[in-house]
Amino acid sequence: MDPVISLREAQATLGSRPVLRGIDLTVHRGEVVALLGANGSGKSTAVRSVIGQVPLSGGSVELFGKPLKRFKDWGRVGYVPQRTTASSGVPATVREVVASGRLSRSKFRLPSKADRAAVDGAIELVGLADRAKDSVNALSGGQHQRVLIARALAADPELLIMDEPMAGVDIASQEILATTLRAQVERGATVLLVLHELGPLEPLIDRAVVLRDGCCVHDGPPPKAVGQHALPGHDHVHPHSANEPIRTGLLT
Amino acid sequence: MMELLQNPFMQRALIAAVLVGITAPAIGIYLVQRRQALMGDGIGHVAMTGVGLGFLLSTNPIWMATLVSVVGAVVMELIRWYGKTRGDIALAMLFYGGMAGGVMLINLSDAGSNANLTSFLFGSLSSVSDADVTAIVLLAAFVVLVTVGLRRQLFAISQDEEFARVTGLPVRVLNLLIAVTAAVTVTVAMRVVGLLLVSALMVVPVAAAQQITRSFKVTFVLAVAIGTAVTLSGTVTSYYQDVPPGATIVLMAIGVFVVLTALATPLARRRARALQAAEEAEAACTLRVPEARAGDEVKV
Repeated sequence: MDPVISLREAQATLGSRPVLRGIDLTVHRGEVVALLGANGSGKSTAVRSVIGQVPLSGGSVELFGKPLKRFKDWGRVGYVPQRTTASSGVPATVREVVASGRLSRSKFRLPSKADRAAVDGAIELVGLADRAKDSVNALSGGQHQRVLIARALAADPELLIMDEPMAGVDIASQEILATTLRAQVERGATVLLVLHELGPLEPLIDRAVVLRDGCCVHDGPPPKAVGQHALPGHDHVHPHSANEPIRTGLLT
Repeated sequence: MMELLQNPFMQRALIAAVLVGITAPAIGIYLVQRRQALMGDGIGHVAMTGVGLGFLLSTNPIWMATLVSVVGAVVMELIRWYGKTRGDIALAMLFYGGMAGGVMLINLSDAGSNANLTSFLFGSLSSVSDADVTAIVLLAAFVVLVTVGLRRQLFAISQDEEFARVTGLPVRVLNLLIAVTAAVTVTVAMRVVGLLLVSALMVVPVAAAQQITRSFKVTFVLAVAIGTAVTLSGTVTSYYQDVPPGATIVLMAIGVFVVLTALATPLARRRARALQAAEEAEAACTLRVPEARAGDEVKV
């Protein structure tokens, strides 16, 4: 299997503080890898260095077997940055925001029929088709996150990189996100995601990499759930059908 | 009205006014989207030095102002990239240095007078020459070409710069293009609304339009429509009432903003209510109390 992401001996500093102290991370084609760790452990910096948004002070990054500097094929990468909102200083519809994700394929040419279909398809995937013409300002927190994910999916990426996609997302949106992600994985997509806790994505994850203080402390099967996550009845069943009551493990 | 259109200086002024009404909101919308609404104001200050240089070297001030404000805008963009620490201080130096330099240069030149200075600061209809109209048309064409032709790309980098970089768009080049286009717009607008009020015309029509819009596209079109309407009516009013055009235009734009904001409040409330009703219907509680327990008497 050829590695899609390979980060070797990666070191990075923010100001004078070392944030990554020599991290190795390899993600193979079709794998779903979760990057876990406490706040400040370097998770976000690690993924942002993979896509060139944080310069490395040592080590190297390769995407699809090419050194990052020579990698130009950004349509193969879908990026979901860590955001709480998809809105900016001027109103924009869900469709307008998602369409900007297609620019990695269309660049400076006019959008073709295929481009438009891909944008509509991505909105459909996250279950926002009926809100496509609404302003993103009118959406809930979880729906904002779904817009950001649709924007990444609009390019039909082979590799999805997501930074805390579940932060501040309501249960209904979490389920939709889990379903969307599973469809991508079944399609053969490779996924690297930063998570605070495994949560409803747990069954999808092949491997977990745990960071502590800028160092890699675990690389292997996802850690077993502990605490309330390990309680009997705390099961993650996906996807919920529309009329099934939400199971919390408390009453059902 | 006919008399107004037959007057050559009014013909020139009206052409300039329409072009300002189109171009200022067209680039302003991206500045507002990036939350850099006051950038136009800064460029306006820097352009003063260009005007001063134009007088001193006896060339048309418009081209000199274009040159200097483009350089100023590029420097501002570079400060934004590299000067993470105290960028605001660097910008302040640039703004006030530009303003002071302009005032000084105008006073040193032979053609310079307070009347001349005032006409550049606050706009003046009678000062628009044939050469100015040619320059304004060429510069406005550039602004329209950039802001309409590259709207998808400029929208993306103004919406989420980091995401846009990961799409492989040349974000730095496009950022510079926005800065240069904003600088060019400042010089397009300088004759009609004046350098001190240029920024208002970039920001206020956009702010007014977004009170009642939901999409970027409609906001863009409506902001340009509002911009054109206020520059035209402001110019005409200025002719008949002998009031300064820049101030008239900006006050009218603010008037439109107030009216649209007043209209938007009940509209937004109605939309919110409809949305809430839809969400409440969706979010009805699906958890049921187990029957055995529901039948029990509650003991206090």
